[in-house]
Formats: sequence, structure tokens, C-alpha cells
Amino acid sequence: MDAKEIIARRVAKLFKDGDFVNLGIGLPTQVPNYLPKGVEVILQSENGMVGLGPVKDGHEDSNLCNAGGQPCGAIKGASFFDSATSFALIRGGHVDYTVLGALEVDEHGNLANWIVPGKMVPGMGGAMDLVIGAKTVVIAMQHTQKGAKKILKECTLPYTALGVVDLIVTEMGVMKCTRKGLVLAEINPDYTVEDVQAATGCTLIIPKSLKKMKV
Amino acid sequence: MKNKIIAKEEVKKLVRDGMTIMVGGFLAKGTSETVIDQIVASGVKDLTIIANDGGTITTGVGKLIANNQVKTLYASHIGLNKMVGQKMEAGELEVVLIPQGSLAEAIRAGGSGLGGVLTPTGVGTIVEEDHRHVYKTIKLDGKKYLIEKPLHADLTVLRGFKADTFGNVYYEKTSRNFNPMMAFAGDVVVVGADEIVEKGKLNPNDVVTPGVLVDYIVKEGE
Repeated sequence: MDAKEIIARRVAKLFKDGDFVNLGIGLPTQVPNYLPKGVEVILQSENGMVGLGPVKDGHEDSNLCNAGGQPCGAIKGASFFDSATSFALIRGGHVDYTVLGALEVDEHGNLANWIVPGKMVPGMGGAMDLVIGAKTVVIAMQHTQKGAKKILKECTLPYTALGVVDLIVTEMGVMKCTRKGLVLAEINPDYTVEDVQAATGCTLIIPKSLKKMKV
Repeated sequence: MKNKIIAKEEVKKLVRDGMTIMVGGFLAKGTSETVIDQIVASGVKDLTIIANDGGTITTGVGKLIANNQVKTLYASHIGLNKMVGQKMEAGELEVVLIPQGSLAEAIRAGGSGLGGVLTPTGVGTIVEEDHRHVYKTIKLDGKKYLIEKPLHADLTVLRGFKADTFGNVYYEKTSRNFNPMMAFAGDVVVVGADEIVEKGKLNPNDVVTPGVLVDYIVKEGE
């Protein structure tokens, strides 16, 4: 199992049946492939729909796409609306979970995921609104980027928002953001606590009851 | 009553150098390519474009950017059109990045007579310092908010799935996106419609954009 699949599988286990979820572009879009049996989540797409699903029977509709501009389908019970309504759902606290990638996260729950000045300026899209508004903000990402640490004491890149991250899920484990700092709540048994700490730029709080991460 | 249906070539008469144009669409889905093509053909320069994103090199507002007609782009995301970033780096295009939800609300405010938008989105980030679209940050009842400026345009370009001859517009699925708010925020509004039907043929319950807002209707794709 590669790192991305481990992460997607663990994130999928966070949800309970009926949760209302927005998934970011990239790794998070793999999450629905691993939902436990009996758990159905309702997906929001910030370009204006609730009830995002896969393309049906190869039939692509030019008026139906996801937030990455890719063709998608609509499940039974879906609805469409304009962008202001879409972000009222997001900013207004109606979305249970948002799952996004990150460039950097720090121990204060600060997030940087939209710009590398002078190198990559894609824009924030809906990310700033999503992390401000969703009830639970989950960062799903590989623990390091080509060896460089991404979980830090302080973000070095421009922030997306301050103090918004609730959970970080990586191939090494699950970290919870608390007022005292980052708690390593679960660890992938393929790694030791020392491995995880060595790949992390801030001091992790290790609880007595450190759980094994199940995927 | 005035006939709102015009030949697509008439769009050229609606545009001039230096004007501000809002264009509906999300990654060009829900953008009137027919109207955009006419603005490209008009050759007008120094446009300020307000749109969700930069389209792609061959679709949506990306075609105007590729043709060097755009001076400033207000958008939330430009990552899927590399040309936009390149032109920005080269100093050929000014890009004002606004969080997507704030952009939607700033347009809504601009079309609904509101003086701005209070939003917690962007607090504590470099967005707060971008006074091209943010007045300032204020604290109300202990919580910080940015005051986003309302956005308004000289011309709005909509894409409708169906429009009736009165200008009522029905949108299809996710092609609705920014179109309904933009319909309010432009002095002149032109809709590119896939299908034009007689007044009375749209169910009033299905009308999202009231026809009183629409000045011109162009048949999309002709």
C-alpha cells in the first residue's frame, strides 16, 4: 500500500453515515473509494452542488463538473446552486468536514497551502473559506515532501488561515491539534515514535495510550 | 418592448478599451464562449476582468488573456492556466487574488447596493493587506473581519442554458456558479444562451436571473 492510499483509507474511517464533506483536489478525492460499508457521505463541490458522484455510464455532461473542472455525476437527491450559496454552506458552518492537502502545517494549527511566493501562485480558490467555515478541518498529506519537513513549529509560507487545523493524517500517523500542541493520537505500526518525531519539525506530544493507526 | 436578441457581431459595439467586464463561469464551464470570441475579435485592450479563475489558454477568459487584452484580472484561482502565472511574473498582467467565497459575496454586494462584505475569511493572512480589494480589518464583538469592497462592472457576460426573449435565464447544473450574482453587478448585461425561447415558455419557478437585469441575448454557438 503506498503512502497516499494509507492516508486516504484512514481519512475515510473518520466519517459517519450522512456526514456532509468537501474534498480538496488531489489525494482527498481518493477518500470515497475507501468508505467503510454502510457509510455514505454527502459530497459538496464548491462550484455549486451537493451530491457529487462519479460520472455515470461514461456519460459526461458538459454542464456538470467538479471543483477541479473535471466531469462528474450527481447522486440521487443532489442539488445545484450559485457560488454565493455554495460558500454560505461552507463559511456558514454547514459542512461537517473539509479534507485538504497542505504545503505546511504548524503546531498552532496554522495552515499554509496556497502560495509559494515567486514560485507557485495558484491562488487560494475556496481553501481560505473552507478552513474557516468547516466544522472539522482535516489535512491529508504525506508527512514530508522529498525529505523536507511540512509539520513545523511555525509555518514559513504565507498562511491560508490561523489556528484552523483539527487533524493531520499522514502515512505515519494521525495528529490532533490541541492548545498544548500537536498530539500524536495514532501511529502507523510500520514506524516508531522516534521515526515520526524525526520527520516532524515540532515536538509531538505522545499520549500514554498511543493507538495503532488502522487503515 | 425592445428586442433584446442581437447578432453575435453586435457584441463588439458593447465593448471599449479600459472597461471592466465580469464573466460568469467556473474553469470556463458556464462561460459564454460566443461572447468572449466577439470580445477577442473586437481587439479592445486594457480590460479589467472579474471572473472566478483564468479559464484555460483556449477557453473562457483565458482567450482574452492569451490575446493580451487584459490589464487586470480579479480571480480566486489561476493555477489551471499556466499562462496567467507567466504573464503575471513577466509584469504583463496584474492579478488580484480574492478568496472564492469573498469574491462571490463582493460581486453580490456590488449588485445589491451594499457597501461591502464582512468576512472572517483571510484574517491573519497576506490577503488582509491587499487593499486593492480589502478596505481594512475590523473587530466586532471580539471577532475580526475583513471588509471586502463591493465589485461592479461596466459589462457582465452571462451563459445561460435557456433564455426567453424577455431575458429571463435558466441555468443548467454546475454552469450556474457566478452567473446569477454577476447579472446584478454589471451596468450592461449580455447573456449567451444555448437556447432562446419565446417569452412565457420558461416556467417562472425555473428562472434564476430575472429578465429585467438582461439587456442583450446572443444565441450561443452561432
